[in-house]
Amino acid sequence: MSITVRNVSKRFGNFAALDRVSVDVPGGSLVALLGPSGSGKTTLLRIIAGLEVADEGEVHCAGEDITRQRPGERNMGFVFQHYALFRHMSVLENVAFALRVRGRPESSIQERVRQLLHLVRLDGLERRYPSQLSGGQRQRVALARALAAEPRVLLLDEPFGALDAKVRQELRQWLRHLHDDIGVTSLFVTHDQEEAFEVADQVVVMQRGRVEQTGTPQEVFEHPANAFVMDFLGNVNVFHGRVQSGRARFGSLAYPCPEYQYEEERSAAVYVRPHELEIDRNATGEGSLPARVQHVIAAGSVAKIQVLVADSGQDLAIEMSRERLAELKLQAGDSVYVFPRRAHVFCGEYCI
Amino acid sequence: MSTANQRVLPGFSLSLGYTLFYLTLLVLIPLGACFVKASSLTFDQFWATVWSERACNAYALTFGAAFIAAFVNCLIGLLLAWVLVRYEFPMKRYFDAIVDLPLALPTAVAGLVYASLYVPNGWLGQVLVPLGIEAAYTRLGIVLVLIFTGLPFVVRTVQPVLENFDPEVEEAAASLGATRWQTFRRVLFPGLVPALLTGFALALARGLGEYGSVVFISGNIQNQTEIAPFLIVAKLEEFKYGEATALAIVLLVFSLVLLGLINLLERWSKKHA
Repeated sequence: MSITVRNVSKRFGNFAALDRVSVDVPGGSLVALLGPSGSGKTTLLRIIAGLEVADEGEVHCAGEDITRQRPGERNMGFVFQHYALFRHMSVLENVAFALRVRGRPESSIQERVRQLLHLVRLDGLERRYPSQLSGGQRQRVALARALAAEPRVLLLDEPFGALDAKVRQELRQWLRHLHDDIGVTSLFVTHDQEEAFEVADQVVVMQRGRVEQTGTPQEVFEHPANAFVMDFLGNVNVFHGRVQSGRARFGSLAYPCPEYQYEEERSAAVYVRPHELEIDRNATGEGSLPARVQHVIAAGSVAKIQVLVADSGQDLAIEMSRERLAELKLQAGDSVYVFPRRAHVFCGEYCI
Repeated sequence: MSTANQRVLPGFSLSLGYTLFYLTLLVLIPLGACFVKASSLTFDQFWATVWSERACNAYALTFGAAFIAAFVNCLIGLLLAWVLVRYEFPMKRYFDAIVDLPLALPTAVAGLVYASLYVPNGWLGQVLVPLGIEAAYTRLGIVLVLIFTGLPFVVRTVQPVLENFDPEVEEAAASLGATRWQTFRRVLFPGLVPALLTGFALALARGLGEYGSVVFISGNIQNQTEIAPFLIVAKLEEFKYGEATALAIVLLVFSLVLLGLINLLERWSKKHA
């Protein structure tokens, strides 16, 4: 079922956690709320769940205004970062909790719990207690518990945040498959852009209580709406320069930016991703910067090279295929020329 | 490989030695002396002392009153701890401090105050006695002062546990559709049981040994409001030291068995908390 958030604001004392935020979560989709800590993403999730009350604005679920409903009335499954399992209850009792408080008959409870534990691949662990499970298992119990009463929506607050990298990777893909199987509308909070891109259909990028951009992972990565989104979604190299009549100049480089047609010069930041910087042994006309190779990391699926720009003294991170590295035979200390294949130019507003 | 068995924390043998030394000096030797003194009686004398009607009535009263008081303390103490942890109100810190007062106040003072309040012409007595509620010089009075002296134990054991409860667990219960009562009954209360049992055990132990406050309010009427510790003192005043220690030993053994049982219960309830 779809969720619609309209102009929701929330203040904690003097701190504006959310500032007129509007978000649409289409029914059956898997949406990520992505942002750095303090961006208000968890607050938004808690307001949707009813665990926090919005100062202003409305929350709708499948067209129904649920802004004033208590959490229990909303029938939404909530998964906490630190699991929040009931420690004194077995796995079975944890998962059965929502059914027990609803007074469902015992036989149907047993059947449903068995089904859910199969779904989260924890068959046979009914009698265990949370303290006897690993982190990944606990989070899957929490997920089964949240799904028990067939919630209209599943809300996950940094669900894999407390797990180690390997388990996190597995659970991510598993969550995606689970979502494809059961199709429940899901909204999850994360600060890890890789996680958001890998799992979500739609990404909502947030900063300082505002939504900066909404779109598919590819849209926000390829066409960041502003410098913050560009900077937040992966590594970037930033050049400071000036724009005038559709051209950005930085150092000895120029790059076309038709969206900025100012008559007078303005300061601008030019963002280039590491894989969009090219290295060559020889200068390519006017559009390249002389630099010196500092460090070559050839271990990994792509090679990472650190260079120091000769005239500005700026450090740049560059990524290239291992084949290209082998071709160039780069070593620390080599003199090279660097130029961007692609860049994003942002004028004014945001600076790192 | 002499380092293999070394502990990370130094001073184990020294600190253990001190602990055992003081435990022996302050607890075990006096208790042992009790047994030695009691052994001056023959078995028949011993049996006649500890199994007399007067003694049995005193045990029953002591254990009964302490038990009821500890139970009532669990209810009041839980409520008090809940209010102190969960709500903000003016002067909260002072209320919090007052909880410890029964520990600091000489219990004889408490007994005297209770007695003077509940006598027929006392502040509370003049209202309650006409209603048929007589606390001064009755068993009710004994339970009341034991509640007073035992209350801090329950509050102070439950309070930290309540403070450490993860608010997310309650939020999880709420979002899963539990009412406030269901959340308390199914989620919070089971987590409090071990602390409540500890508080119960401490309040009970305190109630069993309580003397000062009780003697002033009970009136010490034989077979009616005479508690076991008073009976022991009465024996001492008659210079019957052997009999006094015999009664003390019975009290001690009962108490140990009872506390042992509560400990087992506590351990069992703690297993998964």
